[in-house]
Amino acid sequence: MKLTLKIWRQKDSKSKGRFETYHMENVSPEMSFLEMLDALNKRLVEEGGDPVAFDHDCREGICGSCGIYINGHPHGPVPGITTCHLSMRYFNDGETLWVEPWRAKPFPVIKDLIVDRSAFDKIQIAGGFISVDTGSAPEANSIPVRKQNADMAFDAAICIGCGACVAACKNASAMLFVSAKISQFALIPQGRIEAKERVRAMVEKMDELGFGNCSNTGACEAECPKKIKISNIARLNREYYKAY
Amino acid sequence: MTILNSKIPEGPLSEKWTRYKENVKLVSPANRKKLDIIVIGTGISGAAAASALGELGYNVKVFCYQDSPRRAHSVAAQGGINAAKNYKNDGDSVYRLFYDMIKGGDYRSREANVYRAAEVSNQVIDHFTALGVPFARDYGGTLDTRSFGGVQVSRTFYAKGQTGQQCLLGCYSSLNRQIKKGTVTMFPRREMLDLVVIEGRARGIITRNLITGEIERHSAHAVVLATGGYGTIYYLSTLAVNSNPSAAWKAYKRGALFANPSFIQIHPTCVPQLNDYQSKLTLMSESLRNDGRMWVPKTKGDTRNPNEIPEEERDYFLERRYPAYGNLVPRDVGSRAVKERCDAGYGVGKTGLAVYLDFRDAIKKQGKKAIEDKYGNLFELYKTITGKDPYEEPMMIYPAGHYTMGGLWVDYELMTTIPGLYAIGECNFSDHGANRLGASSLMQAAGDGYFILPNTISNYLADQIKTPRIPVNLPEFEESERSSIERLEKLLAVNGRETASSFHKRLGKIMWDYVGMVRNEEGLTKALSQIRELREEFWKNLKVPGSINGLNQELEKAGRVADFLELAELLVIDALNRKESCGAHFREEYQTPDGEPLRNDKEYAYVAAWEYTGHGNPPVLHKEELKFEVVEMKERSYK
Ligand SMILES: Cc1cc2nc3c(=O)[nH]c(=O)nc-3n(C[C@H](O)[C@H](O)[C@H](O)COP(=O)(O)OP(=O)(O)OC[C@H]3O[C@@H](n4cnc5c(N)ncnc54)[C@H](O)[C@@H]3O)c2cc1C
Ligand code: SF4
Ligand code: FES
Repeated sequence: MKLTLKIWRQKDSKSKGRFETYHMENVSPEMSFLEMLDALNKRLVEEGGDPVAFDHDCREGICGSCGIYINGHPHGPVPGITTCHLSMRYFNDGETLWVEPWRAKPFPVIKDLIVDRSAFDKIQIAGGFISVDTGSAPEANSIPVRKQNADMAFDAAICIGCGACVAACKNASAMLFVSAKISQFALIPQGRIEAKERVRAMVEKMDELGFGNCSNTGACEAECPKKIKISNIARLNREYYKAY
Repeated sequence: MTILNSKIPEGPLSEKWTRYKENVKLVSPANRKKLDIIVIGTGISGAAAASALGELGYNVKVFCYQDSPRRAHSVAAQGGINAAKNYKNDGDSVYRLFYDMIKGGDYRSREANVYRAAEVSNQVIDHFTALGVPFARDYGGTLDTRSFGGVQVSRTFYAKGQTGQQCLLGCYSSLNRQIKKGTVTMFPRREMLDLVVIEGRARGIITRNLITGEIERHSAHAVVLATGGYGTIYYLSTLAVNSNPSAAWKAYKRGALFANPSFIQIHPTCVPQLNDYQSKLTLMSESLRNDGRMWVPKTKGDTRNPNEIPEEERDYFLERRYPAYGNLVPRDVGSRAVKERCDAGYGVGKTGLAVYLDFRDAIKKQGKKAIEDKYGNLFELYKTITGKDPYEEPMMIYPAGHYTMGGLWVDYELMTTIPGLYAIGECNFSDHGANRLGASSLMQAAGDGYFILPNTISNYLADQIKTPRIPVNLPEFEESERSSIERLEKLLAVNGRETASSFHKRLGKIMWDYVGMVRNEEGLTKALSQIRELREEFWKNLKVPGSINGLNQELEKAGRVADFLELAELLVIDALNRKESCGAHFREEYQTPDGEPLRNDKEYAYVAAWEYTGHGNPPVLHKEELKFEVVEMKERSYK
């Protein structure tokens, strides 16, 4: 199929960006979106042009590297998947695609479609851990965990840190991302011990880095490729109130 | 000439590690602060090592090329992590795990290292659980396990199909705790370009800042490589597409020996290639073989819908050939069996390069819900990629490059042949012989990082406490930096017409065709000349846009492909040298009448460790004889 791509090009964090138009012929419906960009880049390099920069690594929806805003949706129009899993079979011949980086103040653009998401690491550094030194762990089965809780903790823990929730939110809130970690640890006994310190530190860091507040529109949940539930945000709020 | 001393401690196998720890030299807490350690890699092995070393009070610097340590390739591991807990009361023990790994590795690994890996496995599970890793649990609240290819006990801990992600995030969390404490400094988006060796010791690295393009120098008292595997040498593989051998390769060129480079595991169950543009092959976890049955139609070229093919017209080829293990045979055995059926014309799908993995019987017996609980996300993944629903029709699968057993040669202390340079996780060669057993790599990576390296490194660092911080203006740093920059400039200067990826793809095809699941002298010789030709072409016709400054992903790729083109040759040389079939290395000339691999223990029970002898010179082979004191070398039968 044939496609018209309107891609955001920006040389570096200081330059101003703009949309450039590219025409793609022979796009196979079996390609992934990133493979389509590979094909474009191959052409651009061979023609002596500047390839489009984008982050990617695992290409199977688990590392959280990729993340492109396509036609107004983070990771594209298909719910529940990452950009690397977005198959071109979801698009129609002749369509025009608008391709942009995440747009959020705490995620400045580095180049083209690559943004700086180190703010997410900073939030995790603030408190996203259980303080246990290597060698001091008790025997694994000595602390039983209710299966239902373990399963819910798992469902929260599968967040890949991609940042789509922030990109989807009109307030650039990181609540879904933070609530996923808080929930994982709040639901199991190992994590309860420093639950108060954790939630305070992570929320404080999130605010300090300029992420906005949650106004409950649910855009994050709708766009999250891992279907992290917004009910985690309610748990985050409960944990936060309990911590003071 | 380098002499191999594997430094295996004295004493009975089961006491070696305890004795070693009792006698190892220690560094006092006050002195640890004065010692710098560089760790390259934030996968399970690197992140674990960095956090454990930080906890001890060393001054640690960690590097990775992703934008965050949480994205290291370990994140993609699916199926599980082994430990000898014997929670299922099914006769498991440290010895049995050790034995399974030795046998699975086809008697080409070092007994003492493997035993130790099995020994620390239980501590790894304890530690991950304490870190909050949400492993699957039973209703009583205890941890659940499942069985994994190649063994008869249930010892694999798992977090649905995201075990690697959950374990890696556990390591990432312990790393973050140390970053907060200030013992560890994290350098993401950095690529190591060279190792700096001063007076024979590893003293630092040269990196490129992948955002600014700046070339940086970092010094330390010891350097730890945790840079993962090079299965991407086939271009299409199950690895993250940016995985590469460059760091290990640079260490090789600076004097570290490279062991068994041709031992690469091909995983039997991956989503087959769908088109020409494909950039990766997705693994369908081995755990699926617990309930899925592999088959092909009994008639060649049968194009009926698989659901319409009656039972008696199906050939469950693994169950037929290997009745004792059936669908649970080790990966190398499974992969070759799939290839054999497809080569014989029984393959299915558009290309004929696929077989069925069928859950019909399991769904009938256990119900859809039970299957969904176990494999829900994998089934979804399959559907996302192929558009087909495995609850309704069998999956189609085909083997793909997956794991490199080969890697930097290390001794019992995980030190390479360069003093002060360590290699942990997948980038060393140590624990998996000629074939890795499922779920034992996460276990090894975490064991190396959390429990082994922090003990062994002190034996070296204890003698370094008088060495002040290494200045980065020494001539060796200058030289390494200069040669790194020259190399980048050389890549840019070719200014030909073909992209780095295109060369990588062509190399991948040569490797897959001649140095893949089945090898022979003729094919390997052909591969050797084709690789050399391709390498020449690369340096004449490569096209890299842009400059050294600033973000330049094409330049990153080109550097890696240049290294792949060199490593490929060593791989072939190693495969040619080993005139036997063992584990993943199947030489057609050496097989039994019924097509099983034929080992040659008299002549090849050794680790082949290769030494770099300069550009254009043939590498020199060093042999580490493998002595089996506890296990008896047997034919590896799964019948
Ligand atoms: C799809 C898949 C599924 C798997 N499933 C399982 C499983 O179920 N169970 C199991 O036990 N094993 C499994 N494995 C194997 C296992 O995941 C890996 O062997 C293991 O995670 C390797 O960890 P590592 O720490 O050695 O390296 P990696 O996780 O590969 O990390 C390498 C690190 O090194 C860094 N790096 C590399 N080169 C450089 C450089 N030049 N400069 C700077 N940084 C560099 C990278 O940025 C990265 O941080 C699987 C593998 C694959 C491909
Ligand atoms: S919550 Fe969802 S959208 Fe947000 S970072 Fe995690 S996986 Fe991405
Ligand atoms: S590339 Fe890893 S999630 Fe998309």
